[in-house]
Amino acid sequence: MRLCVMTLALALVAPAAAPVALAQHFSPAPLPRAGPPRAEERVEVPPPPFTDGIFPCTSCHATLKVNRVRRPLADMHGDIVLAHDEQHRWCLDCHDPDNRDWLHLASGEKVPFEQSYLLCGQCHGEKLRDWRAGVHGRRTGEWNGHKGYLLCAHCHNPHQPRFRAVTPKPAPARPSAAK
Amino acid sequence: MDPEKRPPAVSRRQFASVAAAAAAGFILTACGPKRLRELPRERLAALLEDLEKDYTKRFGTAVAVADTPPIQGVTFAYALDLSRCIGCRRCVYACVEENNQSRDPEVQWIRVLGMNKDKGIDFSESDPYYQPAEVPQEGHFYVPVACQQCRNAPCTKVCPTGATWTEPDGIVVIDYDWCVGCRYCMAACPYGARHFNWAEPTIPRDHLNTKTHYLGNRPRSKGVVEKCTFCIQRVRVGRYPACVEVCPVGARKFGNLLDPKSEIRYVIENKRVLVLKEELNTMPKFFYFYGT
Ligand code: HEC
Ligand code: HEC
Ligand code: HEC
Ligand code: HEC
Repeated sequence: MRLCVMTLALALVAPAAAPVALAQHFSPAPLPRAGPPRAEERVEVPPPPFTDGIFPCTSCHATLKVNRVRRPLADMHGDIVLAHDEQHRWCLDCHDPDNRDWLHLASGEKVPFEQSYLLCGQCHGEKLRDWRAGVHGRRTGEWNGHKGYLLCAHCHNPHQPRFRAVTPKPAPARPSAAK
Repeated sequence: MDPEKRPPAVSRRQFASVAAAAAAGFILTACGPKRLRELPRERLAALLEDLEKDYTKRFGTAVAVADTPPIQGVTFAYALDLSRCIGCRRCVYACVEENNQSRDPEVQWIRVLGMNKDKGIDFSESDPYYQPAEVPQEGHFYVPVACQQCRNAPCTKVCPTGATWTEPDGIVVIDYDWCVGCRYCMAACPYGARHFNWAEPTIPRDHLNTKTHYLGNRPRSKGVVEKCTFCIQRVRVGRYPACVEVCPVGARKFGNLLDPKSEIRYVIENKRVLVLKEELNTMPKFFYFYGT
């Protein structure tokens, strides 16, 4: 088989054309700012992948008392079990206690669910930088035109972010003896 | 070793048929009709129309054959994140659907090689037939391989009929009407990326992708070679290749190598990048990288 003799050479490939705007690529991820995120910072994303009927959260939470106690949830959200640095974190580190339709950053700044990447980026700055460049995660749209993004939450469940294993599609047919 | 100087591995019988094919090809080249890229526009339009009629009759559904030209200032390139790929093969099947590959006999332009983490990247130990209940499998990683769109492509040089060449946007294409099936290109390709139609390809009618490009996913027939074209029918109108869109982990990146703001350039400038069989100097425009 031809592939048997294939070797993989480790090569730091020189870009075909001169590298341009290196500094721009190496600049660190922007730090979360105080105050509402600026409009141009918004990127185009599909709607957050909520379970049907769960949003707006305030349909229930507007009248519920905030309960900051770390506890197994029984009356609602029983399916949500944290497996994401759970020793150090609880729901209200990410979800805004006063208005449940919003997330919030460590600074207290409110962030809408459409911008949950800002929340993730607080702790995963390098991933956020790659994501903005279209390299972590996936772009939608056109390679030379209008581009969108998938939210981190489209691929990672924020509560259990490890990517889940999937069933592979069928293997190729083995070459028949005739050939 | 220089791939061009390597004698192609063919038996004597194969050689005879290849030589005959080459001779036939030479005659065709010398006195046959002009090749697609040399055709005047009116003749090309007529040719495409004929093809559309043929295909429409053959498949009983309207088929469009485009000849969308390359875009100026664009050289396409691809990058695949080895630290993300989970070997799910969604790309393989999306490619089959998009590019009208034969279902029976089975032709697949993408082959995903399962590899053992302990062994590192070792192709002699790779297994394309892995089928565990779930992927990624503990201790394994995956290397999908398709046409590497070499800048210094060995396949185009050995074609006796000039049926395969590199387009100005860097896509290595095949004119199926000029391919005589000698399979020289397959012997020359160090990546096993070219595939031969040993029998008449079959595609269920309702699975035919009717949006086709002359140099890409238009239906083929028995006896011709085919391979990945970066989804020429999509990328020349701005879309991403089908495999990029379907990849559930976002391991596949595509864009214009000449655009400093493209994903591809970001990868090349910021990540550890490699190419397959670098020592052959084929200069692939298909890069592999570690995104971690
Ligand atoms: C790391 C930050 C973080 C933590 C901690 C967290 N969440 Fe979330 N949660 C999110 C984000 C981000 C979303 C939005 C997902 C989306 O876009 O669909 C979300 C979505 C939800 C939803 C909507 C889910 C659905 O089915 O659509 C509920 C309910 C929720 N969280 C409750 C909780 C509860 C209860 C806890 C504590 C046990 C918690 N969250 C902890 C970030 C967090
Ligand atoms: C159908 C009503 C309902 C909806 C809709 C709902 N919740 Fe809740 N939520 C509850 C109830 C009831 C509790 C208390 C559960 C318990 O204590 O066992 C709760 C508890 C929580 C908690 C734990 C902290 C606290 O204050 O008790 C978080 C965080 C939370 N919800 C977030 C969300 C988010 C985010 C959404 C929207 C995406 C949402 N919820 C939508 C009913 C709801
Ligand atoms: C307050 C800091 C913090 C925030 C905010 C945060 N993470 Fe994390 N995340 C961590 C830490 C610490 C770990 C490593 C520990 C672990 O895996 O539990 C981690 C691990 C992960 C992992 C790897 C999981 C694994 O097991 O491989 C993913 C994926 C991830 N986070 C995604 C997200 C996403 C998506 C968001 C936004 C919804 C987010 N994180 C928000 C701190 C954070
Ligand atoms: C297209 C799907 C996709 C999107 C969108 C996505 N990720 Fe990931 N991410 C992955 C996959 C696949 C992995 C590897 C999963 C694993 O090994 O568990 C990963 C891994 C990670 C890890 C673990 C560290 C590592 O390198 O393995 C972190 C942290 C992470 N992602 C954060 C993010 C953040 C933050 C965002 C949004 C800014 C995001 N991801 C968007 C698919 C995605």
